[in-house]
Amino acid sequence: MIEFLHQFLLTIDASVRLATPLIFCAMAGLFAERSGVIDISLEGKLLGAAFAAAAVSSLTGSVYVGLLAAMFVSVLMALIHGFACITHRGNQIVSGLAVNILASGVTVTVAIALFRQGGQTPLLGPGERFGPITLPFAESLSVVPVLGPFYADLISGHNLLIYLLIPLLPFLGWLLYRTRFGLRLRATGEVPAAVDAAGVSVAWVRYRALIIAGILCGLAGAYLSTAHGAGFVREMSAGKGYIALAAMIFGKWRPWPAMGACMLFGFFEAASARLQGVEIPLIGPAPVDIILLLPYILTVILLAGFFGRAIPPKAIGEPYIKER
Amino acid sequence: MNMVDAGGDKQPPAIELRRINKRFGRVHANRDIDLVVERGSVTGIIGENGAGKSTLVSILYGFYTADSGEILIDGAPVRIDKTSVAIDHGIGMVHQHFMLVPTFTVLENIMMGAEGSGLLAPAEMAARARLTDLAETYGLEIDPDALVGDLPVGLQQRVEILKALYRGARILILDEPTGVLTPQEADRLFDVVRVLSGNGVTVLLITHKLREIMAATDQVAVMRHGEVVRSLKTAKTDREELARLMVGRDVLFSAETTERQPGASVLSVRDLGYQDEAGAMRLKDISFDVRAGEILGIAGVSGNGQSELLDILSGIAPLQIGEITFGEDVFTAGRQADPSFLRQLGIAHIPEDRQQRGLVLNFSAAECAILGYQDGPNAGDRIFLDQARIRDRCQKMMVDFDVRPPSPELRAGGFSGGNQQKIVVARELAASPKVLLVGQPTRGVDIGAIEFIHSQLIAMRDAGCAILLVSVELDEILALSDRILVMNDGQIVGEAGRDEADPNRIGLMMAGIDPGSEARP
Repeated sequence: MIEFLHQFLLTIDASVRLATPLIFCAMAGLFAERSGVIDISLEGKLLGAAFAAAAVSSLTGSVYVGLLAAMFVSVLMALIHGFACITHRGNQIVSGLAVNILASGVTVTVAIALFRQGGQTPLLGPGERFGPITLPFAESLSVVPVLGPFYADLISGHNLLIYLLIPLLPFLGWLLYRTRFGLRLRATGEVPAAVDAAGVSVAWVRYRALIIAGILCGLAGAYLSTAHGAGFVREMSAGKGYIALAAMIFGKWRPWPAMGACMLFGFFEAASARLQGVEIPLIGPAPVDIILLLPYILTVILLAGFFGRAIPPKAIGEPYIKER
Repeated sequence: MNMVDAGGDKQPPAIELRRINKRFGRVHANRDIDLVVERGSVTGIIGENGAGKSTLVSILYGFYTADSGEILIDGAPVRIDKTSVAIDHGIGMVHQHFMLVPTFTVLENIMMGAEGSGLLAPAEMAARARLTDLAETYGLEIDPDALVGDLPVGLQQRVEILKALYRGARILILDEPTGVLTPQEADRLFDVVRVLSGNGVTVLLITHKLREIMAATDQVAVMRHGEVVRSLKTAKTDREELARLMVGRDVLFSAETTERQPGASVLSVRDLGYQDEAGAMRLKDISFDVRAGEILGIAGVSGNGQSELLDILSGIAPLQIGEITFGEDVFTAGRQADPSFLRQLGIAHIPEDRQQRGLVLNFSAAECAILGYQDGPNAGDRIFLDQARIRDRCQKMMVDFDVRPPSPELRAGGFSGGNQQKIVVARELAASPKVLLVGQPTRGVDIGAIEFIHSQLIAMRDAGCAILLVSVELDEILALSDRILVMNDGQIVGEAGRDEADPNRIGLMMAGIDPGSEARP
């Protein structure tokens, strides 16, 4: 029983660690898409930010400078996306793909030029990473049954970026639903002409949404290479941007359900790792690949309308062109 | 010059436009426009499509800037280069297509862009109080917490008006405000307009409907080809004079049509029903016959099932419930008909939306003129298109139907609305159909082209074609139909013969009110 509880806690713990970059990215996608801009460039921004964080952290020795660099690079990439599809009304999918391809090529090229390690950054030392933070009393409480391990394993011992999510999520929800900016942003994603007629610049609202998306992707990228990992590896985003996009759609473009979907998808990933090679009675070896497929399958089922309709923002994907 | 000295008791006009000019490429959309609008008056601007009305109000509302000319608001010259500047000067606009977010509440829609504070909670409190004030002052009651998407169009328009007033509008521009309203809703709107002007709000009413000018305005400016051809007191003019000024010649108000004895039933519809994807019944128990040599008009406010009816009859939407008989052929849920098969049988369709369904805007006019008939002998043999023949045929159509410019190579999207519609009408009539399904034949079409299209439809009728005419323009239905059915909420709620057709009675039926059950005033 105790052993099972321990295993369970470890799996949940791993789920949180795996879900964290998804949550940052999904929130980024949510802000972009609620303003009407499709953001498949989450993947590219994540990769670019991961590289910037690790590279700058390695060069300067400071993980915080690395974090700033990650956010800067990611915002820059968001602005490229914005310049193409807001200012010049380009196709948002094509522009997003271009950003992804750009990130995939540029990160490796610059990594080789800077570090000559085949597209990686050097392994990061302790000051160059976000280390685990042990919360007070974790040691002494860990002997208390049930509550102790729960506190010590699950609540304590994460890095700063994971703890950042706790104030960040309510803040983002508040920004979207309780502020003037949020109202205008949501309106821009639905009926941009109404925003324009109200004397508010549609382009400026969308740019600000993309800048927020850039900052959040920067956090996600820094998490990947300087918190979860200890350095940049080529293609280390490995489709997480797309999974986050799926999670955001699964959460029907709303912050809390989207976060829930990220947790669920993170749990699938953690469970599949934990079940690797485990024999399940009657089934045989655990179907790890199928578990990893679940996020995509669930999203397709959702989009087919089985769990109620996922209604995207009405103006999504459409460049705003002033009529009359 | 009507300059007023500061000591005079006369107020400066609310709006004064001086020699406004605007060009788009070669098109001179506004030419030397002068206009004076007194405070608290209701001023109509009337003109055909393309006369420059919309351009003019767009300049006033800051969508465009004029190439030259001056705008004075309350006697002071202003430069309006952005919508927000117009709003700051107390100009509000109710757009033809509502600028509302359907998933927001009334309150959120009204606040948006004029929240007054960065946080919504205090902004909402203030907006709620203001809204109560406005509702009392102008008699514009509304539930601030209702979702806009759930409101009927008449109330959505009220939200638009409140939105403008909330922003402190003292000048209200109404752009084609009655397009989506029932006649009764339109009358209610004009009541509101009178209350507004009684409270000192200056109203500009942009329309192409003469009746509205006569019903609601104090003065009227008539526009033609980008110029204001005349400004008149409404009380001192009449429909005929205005129409003459708009078009530049005399206009026939009722299409010339004669009584004719219709023949046998050609198209027969029994118990038709239709359920949309969301599960709502869009059509219920529709039964009627269309006879050879008659025009059966279907009146109704847009969105009451007329579009679905046309889609099913033309084979675009599936036939779910009921039976359609056309000559020897009986169609049911088990025997669907596709549009090309129906065309071969002799059912032609002038669709409601010519840009989406009638034409491919990026195709040349010649290509558009064989759309739907591309497998027939007029297009070539079954494999290759006979380009020369297609072109010559289109050329002839263009001459016959007075399409301007008569160039078959030109992209369909390059023609004006009226000329696009003429291409569609010419194509469908060229097939000499036995049944003609017509949806909104003159939507967004100028008066000259309306007359022409109407006369063509009547000629088809006289040649023995059975015509089903769907239109939201009651005047059009009344002018052309031999028989009228009225649709409301997916059902036929009434029928009237040509002689007994009374606009008031039909208007009530369009609103879903059975005139028989109401006590006559």
